[in-house]
Amino acid sequence: MDTKFWVIQAFNGVSYGALLFLLASGLSLIFGVMRIVNLAHGSFFLLGGYVALTVIWTTNSWLLALPVAALVIGVVGLLMERVFLRPLGFDPLRQVLLTVGFAYLFQQAALDIWGGDNLDIVPPGMLKESAVVGGVYFPMYRVFMIGMAVVMGLILWLTMEKTRMGAMIRATVDDSEMARGVGIDTSRVSMFIFALGAFLAALGGVIGGAFLGIYPGLDFVILPIAFAVVIIGGMGSLTGAAVGSLLVGLADNFGKALFPEISYFTIYAPMVLILALKPTGLFGRE
Amino acid sequence: MKDGHAPRRKLLIVIAGLLALLMITPFTSSYVIVLITHALVFAILAMSLDILLGYTGLPSLGQAAYLGMGAYLTAILAARYQFGLDWTFWVVILMGILIGAATAALFGLLAIRAGGVYFLMITLALAMCVWGLAYRWNSLTGGDNGIILPPRPQFGIQLSDDVTFFYLVFGFFVVSLAMLYILVKSPFGRSLEGIRENELRMRILGYNTWLHKYIAFIIAGGFGGLAGVLWAHAHGLVSPEDVTLATSVDALLMVVLGGSGTLVGGAIGAGIVVFLREYLSTLVPWWQYVLGGVYVLTILYLPGGLMSIPERVRGWRASSPGRSLSDLRPTNS
Repeated sequence: MDTKFWVIQAFNGVSYGALLFLLASGLSLIFGVMRIVNLAHGSFFLLGGYVALTVIWTTNSWLLALPVAALVIGVVGLLMERVFLRPLGFDPLRQVLLTVGFAYLFQQAALDIWGGDNLDIVPPGMLKESAVVGGVYFPMYRVFMIGMAVVMGLILWLTMEKTRMGAMIRATVDDSEMARGVGIDTSRVSMFIFALGAFLAALGGVIGGAFLGIYPGLDFVILPIAFAVVIIGGMGSLTGAAVGSLLVGLADNFGKALFPEISYFTIYAPMVLILALKPTGLFGRE
Repeated sequence: MKDGHAPRRKLLIVIAGLLALLMITPFTSSYVIVLITHALVFAILAMSLDILLGYTGLPSLGQAAYLGMGAYLTAILAARYQFGLDWTFWVVILMGILIGAATAALFGLLAIRAGGVYFLMITLALAMCVWGLAYRWNSLTGGDNGIILPPRPQFGIQLSDDVTFFYLVFGFFVVSLAMLYILVKSPFGRSLEGIRENELRMRILGYNTWLHKYIAFIIAGGFGGLAGVLWAHAHGLVSPEDVTLATSVDALLMVVLGGSGTLVGGAIGAGIVVFLREYLSTLVPWWQYVLGGVYVLTILYLPGGLMSIPERVRGWRASSPGRSLSDLRPTNS
């Protein structure tokens, strides 16, 4: 276990964290704005990967698959929010069960359309190479993942901090009743956030598909990890999602490398620790 | 529940239903007997969850954890140490209940403080810890492959016979139902309902609501552990699959589908969900559409669950004669 080992593991952890950020930031915002535990969030991730595959098969363009898949799933999310979630009003339990129902429906639909095989999204050749720095190989694809998460994170952060929509979102997270009172259309904010969450998750699915693979059941494999991120970071907080993603990404990688037998435990144990000390997560507010 | 005889009549219906189940099941096909046994095991899990969800207002998304603890304990003891395969089966039952309760006692410390949606998230995450250990701790749990159990215990009676095992599980189910029924009718159960309706008021009245919820959480964990021991022997295989999020969510659906806060509703819901998962899945490849559809339709159209149907029908009947009149009048509701 020399420096090389630590550098590579840390790099892998950070890049995995970057992927988790795409998935978890939407989940966290959805929770913050709508108070919905969206158990169909993993499905958005998986469906994003599948739609991307279809786009790649028909147009042979990976670059096109990225936005198309994210937009298609964004629209799916938007419809789901408008048609089914909105009419339920505020009832966490029923909303959770409804999203589970959708997760099962999506799972079956994906199985019927794309089959049960383990598929791979092949990125363009340029990203398959590695950069060598000081004798350590850094796969370009993982560098790209980190870059993508940083860019998306910046866009999200700027949107949240500098735009009118962002201010409305922050107001809704803090106190949705008050926000409604001062004339913010929280229903519209919810719709936007749910679609955005689906968009980001699908983007994560396309990017993650290249190194996780795309297969039935991935939705429920990735979902709890995203929840760990959200719980650690604090629900509804963008900064929290970023820090949580990094922590979980690193904990997962070092856990698998150092203590393979309890590797999943290394994700969830810090979460339990944080829960015990600060139930709302690192950056969550009461 | 306007007339005083209604509770007694309901009790009689439940007893008649149980007797019918007991009489008819042994004469059905061997596959149906196994199916009903599985449904009864999950009925115990669903009822344990109903204590939290229906009576205390705590929607736990982690009930599979206690089932998993009980099941893994049973499997590890049986497959590794050949313990629990004779009369010691009863010791394992006791240990299963204790490990479920102990796990709940630990998790409860973290989860009970949170309310509403946070509670959902935290119980989900805690159950995932158990799943993570089951999935990865190969040397103890067999990892992804799980643990195959040796033939069921025998102590005078042969539990390897499916009918005998059905009688045993049926017995545990009835005892659980009776104990939980007594619990919810007790003053303690009444205070739980009070907490569900208005926790702040209960606290002002001087109740230690945290402790009430904590105890309810532990009791639910204990019954979950019991279901786990029975599940290990019923299925003959314990794997991380049993501890997944899907199991926890299914348990929630069972309760909501049947009708939360009724105990019996959870048992009925368990029957339906087990039937969909285990029987329908062998018949048609698209069974998940049905399962997903049941989720969506229950939530949208039957929020009170199946147990609320008689009440609704009665409501219709009562309101239908005066309908033309009341339709004209403006109402607040």
